Parts: sequence; structure tokens; C-alpha cells
Amino acid sequence: MIAYVLRRLIQSMLVMLTVAFVAFSLFSFVGDPVANMAGEDASQRDRDQLRRDLGLADPFPLRFVRFVGGVLQGEFGFSYRNLQPVARLIVDRLPATVELAVSATALALLVGVPMGVYCGLNRSSALAQAIQAVSLVGISLPTFVTGILLILTFSVGLGWLPPFGRGDTVRIGWWQTGLLSVSGIKSLLLPSVTLAMFQMALVMRLVRSEMMEVLRKDFIKFARARGLTSRAVNFGHALRNTLVPVITITGLQFGSAVAFAIVTETVFQWPGLGLLFVQAVAYVDIPVMATYLVLISFFFVVINLVVDLLYYAIDPRLRDGGPGGTGKGR
Amino acid sequence: MTFLRRAVGAIAVAVSLWAAAPAEAQAPTRTFRWAWQGDIASMDPYARRETFTLAFLNHVYEGLVRYNERLEIEPALAVSWEIVEPTRWRFRLRQGVRFHNGAPFTADDVVFSYERAAAPNAIFRGNISPVRGVEKVDDHTVDLLLYDPNPILLRGLTDWGIMNRAWAVANGADRPVEPTRGHDSYAALNANGTGPFMLRSREVDVRTVLVRNPNWWDRPQHNIDEVVFRPIGSAATRVAAMLAGELELMFPVPLQDIARLQAAPRIRILQEPELRVIFFAFDVTRDELPDSNVRGRNPLKDLRVRQAIYHAIDIEAIRRVVMRGASVPVGTLMAREINGYDASFDRRLPYDQAAARRLLGEAGFPQGFEIGLDCPNDRYVNDEQICAAVVGMLARVGIRVNLSAVPGSQWIAKLNARQSSFYMLGWAGLPVVDAHHFLSNLYMTPDGRFGGNNYGGYSSARVDELTRAIGSELNQQRRQQMITEAFQIVQNDVATVPLHRQPLAWAVREGVRAPQAADNVLRIWTVRMD
Repeated sequence: MIAYVLRRLIQSMLVMLTVAFVAFSLFSFVGDPVANMAGEDASQRDRDQLRRDLGLADPFPLRFVRFVGGVLQGEFGFSYRNLQPVARLIVDRLPATVELAVSATALALLVGVPMGVYCGLNRSSALAQAIQAVSLVGISLPTFVTGILLILTFSVGLGWLPPFGRGDTVRIGWWQTGLLSVSGIKSLLLPSVTLAMFQMALVMRLVRSEMMEVLRKDFIKFARARGLTSRAVNFGHALRNTLVPVITITGLQFGSAVAFAIVTETVFQWPGLGLLFVQAVAYVDIPVMATYLVLISFFFVVINLVVDLLYYAIDPRLRDGGPGGTGKGR
Repeated sequence: MTFLRRAVGAIAVAVSLWAAAPAEAQAPTRTFRWAWQGDIASMDPYARRETFTLAFLNHVYEGLVRYNERLEIEPALAVSWEIVEPTRWRFRLRQGVRFHNGAPFTADDVVFSYERAAAPNAIFRGNISPVRGVEKVDDHTVDLLLYDPNPILLRGLTDWGIMNRAWAVANGADRPVEPTRGHDSYAALNANGTGPFMLRSREVDVRTVLVRNPNWWDRPQHNIDEVVFRPIGSAATRVAAMLAGELELMFPVPLQDIARLQAAPRIRILQEPELRVIFFAFDVTRDELPDSNVRGRNPLKDLRVRQAIYHAIDIEAIRRVVMRGASVPVGTLMAREINGYDASFDRRLPYDQAAARRLLGEAGFPQGFEIGLDCPNDRYVNDEQICAAVVGMLARVGIRVNLSAVPGSQWIAKLNARQSSFYMLGWAGLPVVDAHHFLSNLYMTPDGRFGGNNYGGYSSARVDELTRAIGSELNQQRRQQMITEAFQIVQNDVATVPLHRQPLAWAVREGVRAPQAADNVLRIWTVRMD
């Protein structure tokens, strides 16, 4: 077990190194940070000097090795745009993104699972049909459209919720939370609904189809034949057996929620990692872009690992097959 | 005894509270909430040379002189000045000024601020590059030593905010933020200036809160108690926040949203032509253009081709359709407000397709030719749409243009690498707002020091000579004659094709009076609200 985890961690290092390499090789196409930093009327001489001082004139392999060496020592560089150490920026922004992603995922599960169960059990009811149709909209509507529509409805039209930002935050240690103030909670609602929309529809459809499949299985028939209540059958036996794929998808979706909160964060000016990244791209803030991409690949690797370990807990069959017995459909 | 003393004390406290309460109730806090599309780069006044950041910091830090709303120089921390020798300017400093922490403002602070701003790794140093050093004469007099005589020195000093030496030294902030060395500074998140507002809190990219400085030396025209600045990157969200009543003021307003905001109750749109002029320029150095089908020859080197391109542009159509009537067509890169502007060279070549075709024929391109055009798509107001319109106009006279409209950071990288044949650019002349800024950056032969934004390599020996003289000529009349001559030369050479001054649009809540200046700078010390 420990050997397995260790092996996975080493693999993850390689993944992160590859991501860093690919990211770094792309940065030369993003544009020129010096023009932004030096001021538009800087002389050619000053621009060249700044480029040399930033190490941008060095060949690509040297810059890459320098970045990796820095990261290994816990040095992530200095943001060109915010003029702050990148590590501090990331630590400042991480709580906002995690709180948004967690609340969106929780929302998706709390709404998606019951709806999925209902639709699985009452396939032909009018409500189930309606839920199905609406979930299609949830999957196909682009995030920025959903976001702007919600802002126009609830902020501009009704005036109930703030249109942007994170509200008041409270600092607990280094973690700045928006969950402990009224304005923080109110500010969280629209972005998390926006971000949850896709996941919700996905979870609901997944649970529905899994339920339908499980309900046809023999052990359900036996359970019914034994005279168990339909509640015990549906939730105790059927739902439990649908959970393995739901956990996989939720885990991966949580990773995506963190990684792709970019659009939601941009629309709501939510001060998280995604917004930081978008602004970094526009400004060619190479240290921030590089650190962000490495961090996100780290997230994905960790989440995959956690999902694999959760399988062990849920599915007894996997525990016998030894570490990493099956591919688990990834 | 003790009891009595306590009782008297308690009564005294109660009375004072009672007396204080109504005073507070009478004066509710006036909070001015506003948004722009990005955050300031730092609170450190020497960390960046960028108009928005420096203009924001100007509320906290002040220069020796400042601009008023008409972009004229007026005294700030200096009350008067004289030219002792052409390269030695003497400034008398304002007495009785205190920094926000209570420290008195003296000549030592000016000397220190110069050393900090001109440090080898300070990005700001380009803004005070004419200054060789600062000498303290007495506690309230300093001399600025210059490399060369400089007629526009004062204009360059407007955004050089003066810091407090003792405060900076005590907090280890005697060096500016240096991105090249990864040097962070206490002054990046804290501030101690002399300006009309004091920094209360700063969360990077989220919000920056300023409060009124009750001990400001100047008589405040504003009535603002608290300023909350919040960057909002997405234009749609910025508009929504304004509509939802979350803001007193925001800019820039996208042109397509102006009508919508105007229709909303309690919101007004302020619209003025900005200083910034949008124009096209050409590569006139290379012998062959990589993105043209003409071999062995650079068509843009031919004056007649450049004239033809100018004649082919229907500026009225651009104003009417692309800019929704909000731009002001111009015949020179200098806006009217710029020092050195003269109507004599503000003349456009007329829109005339026949003339364009004739000139192309004379130049040996009766069938036209093919060429690339580089434009940003996020830099100027409707930049990509303007270029797309020009592509259509040039096609009508036979010039087939391949438009490359990309994000600003990619577009400027290509320009900087001198890789562009034909490009769009915008210029406002900030911070000096003087003709010399245009000539030295856009028209002088690029040599590393000058012509830094002359990406096409236009070169005229006479313009170079005139620009050098204009840079140090103290006689206003002679200087103006040289400016006029230089601009007439670049005009006749069609070194650039000016289009228009772009519109600047602010949205303000009803009951807010915010004077709008052509440099697109919000000066909250002139703002009043109900």
C-alpha cells in the first residue's frame, strides 16, 4: 500500500515536470512581458536591459532548469504583474478557489444525486422528463452565459445578490475564508451555482443511468423478494452500488472545478487562482503562469490518487487484487 | 473620594459621548466606490511606469508639481521654482506639510525620493531620466541638476511621488520593488505620502481602500470620506455592477454598452475624446517585406504608396460605423491639448479612392499588391474592428491586406522585434503631454536611446536634428517653430497615417460630479457626491 502510494507520487513528479516543460516551451508564443513592464515609451536600450535582467534573453533550456531548480527549493519566482512573490499570491488565492470548487461540488452532489435517483426510479414521469431536459441545458450552456444571466437576474434585476467579488472575508491563520460572513456567503451563491451547473447535470445523468442498470440486477430482485421495503432496496442496496462511478466522476470533476473555475472566476471577478491565471496570461506573467500550471497538474495527480484509494474503501473486490489491480477506466 | 472621582470620570465620559454622537450622526460617511478593468501594480510609487498605477498613487503620494483638469502645471509640494542655470532648477518646498504618519516634509525627503526612484533597478527611473541629481540647499529648498537644459522638466515631475525618508528607512523600504531581482518591499502594500487620501487597506486584485487625509495641506474640493477601488476585468460584469448600483463610477465603458447604461435610471455617461490618437505606421527600412507578394522591393518605401493608403481610408465611415460616432478624426498624432500642437499641421489627406489608385499606378502597382497588417485586439477602443474596416477600404483600391489581430502582448512583441510591415499603434504622449514625447519616441531614427516606438524605422536627419534641439530649447517661440517644422516634415513624408482620437467613456451614478480629463485619469480630490 505504502509502496503503491510512493510509486504514484514519483509518477506525479514526472507528470509535473512534463507539464512544466510543455508550459515553458509555449511561453515564447504568449508575447512579450517586457513591453508591459517597462512602460510603453521605454527606450530600446531600457527594454533590452530589463529583458536581460529578467533572464528572458537566456536560452530556453537554461530558463527551464532555473525554474525547476527554484521550485525544488520552494522558490516560485516574482510576479511581473503583481510585483509580489508568486508563492504569496498563490497562497492568497487558493482559499477562494477551493471554497468555490468545494461548494460547487457539494451543490452538484446534493442536488444531482437525489434528482438522479428520482429520475432512475420514475423514468417515465413528467417531472423526470422535465429534469432530463433541463439538465441538457445545464450541460450545453457555456459558463460565461450562465454567469452573466444569473448576474442580470439576481443582481441587476432583483438586487438580491452581489454581482461580483467575494464579500467580506475572515482570516483564520493563513486561510482567508468567505464562509463566515453574510456578504461572503451571499457572494458565493451565484458563482458556485454557475460552476456547479455542468457537474450537477453530469452527476444527475450518471446516477440515473447507473440506477436503472443496477435495478435490473438479480440481487435487487432477491432483495425485493425477501420483502425489504423499497426504501431499503433503493437507497441501501441500489444507490450504494451506483456510487463507485459517481465518486470517480466527482473526484475528477472536482479537479476540473478547481482548474476550470477560470471562466466563472473571470465573470464574477472571484479572486481565485483561475482569475490570477487569466490575468497572468494577458500580461505574460511567466512566473505565475508556470507555477499555476504545475500546481494544477499536482492537484489532478493528487485527486486521482485519492480517488484510487477511495475505491479500496468502497469496493471490497479491489482490496484482494493487490495495488493498482485494474485500470479503473481512466 | 475614589468613588467620587470615578463617578465624575464616568459622567465626563458619558457627556463627551453624548456630545460626540450627534456630530457623527450628522456626517454620514461618503464612500466613493469605483472600478477599472485592472488593479494597480503596486503601492510602491517607483515600481512601475504605467499611467493608471501612477495616477492612482497620486492620491496618496504627491509630486513637486501636479496637473489640473486642463492638464496645466500647478504647484504641489513645491510652491515655486526658478532656473538658476539651464541645468540647475531651484525648487522652494511647501512648509508645514506633514506625511500621513505625522512626519514633517523636508528637503531630505526629496533627496531620498530621488535616490530611491533613480536606483539602478527601479523601473520608474525612466520617468526622471533628465535629472542627474538632487541637492539639498536648506530644509525647504532643493536643486535639481539636469543632464541637459530641459523645457518640459516640470511635466515629467508630475507623477514622481515624494516618499518619507524616515518611514522608508525604518521599515526597510529604502529600495523600491525590483521585479528583476525578486525584491519585495514594505512599500508595496503600505504607504505614507502627503496626498489627499491615506491608504487604509490593500488586498491585491480585490480592493484598495483609501480614507480622507484630514491634515491635507490643500483646501479639499472633494467631499469624499472613503474611496473603495475594486478592479473588475470582465466588461460585462463591470457594466452589471454599475447597473446593480454597486459602484459610483466605472470605466472604461464598452462602446456597445453606452446606450444601455444611458437608458438606465440614475446613471450618466461622461464622454470625451481621449488624448490617445490611433494611427498606422509602416516598415520603411527593409528592402523586401516578408508578408508581401512584391519581390525585390519594399512598396512602403515609396511615398506615393503611403499617400495612396492614406487616401483610401474613409475616416468618416470609421467614425460613424465602427466608433458609433464617438471618435474625433485627426490629421496629426498630437491632440489639441498637447503642448506644441498647432492647427497648421492638423490636416488629413482627403478620402479619395481615385487619387489612391492613380498614386499606386504611378508607383508601379496598378494592380495593387499584398501586405500584412498587425493590430491588437484588446488594447484600444474597437481596435480589431477598425483594422477590419481598413482592410475592406484598402481592398477597394487594390491593396490586399492580411490582417493579424492578436492580443496586445503578442502584437507588441512582434513590433518590438521589428517584424511588422504595417501596424496600428496608439499614442497619448503621457506623462509629459508634449510634442517632444511624440518626436523622440515615434519619429526619431531608432538608435537604442531614441525612436524606441518607431518600429518601422522612419528616419529623417532633419527631424532628428530638430527633435534634439526641441528637447533643450527653453525659448518657447523658437521651440514652437521647430516643432511645427518637424511635424510638417513627418506629415509630408506620411511617416504615419493618423486616424482619430479614441473616445473615453465613464459611467457615473447620478449625484456624483467627476471632472473628466483627456488623459483618462480620475482625480478623486476633485470629485463631489451627494
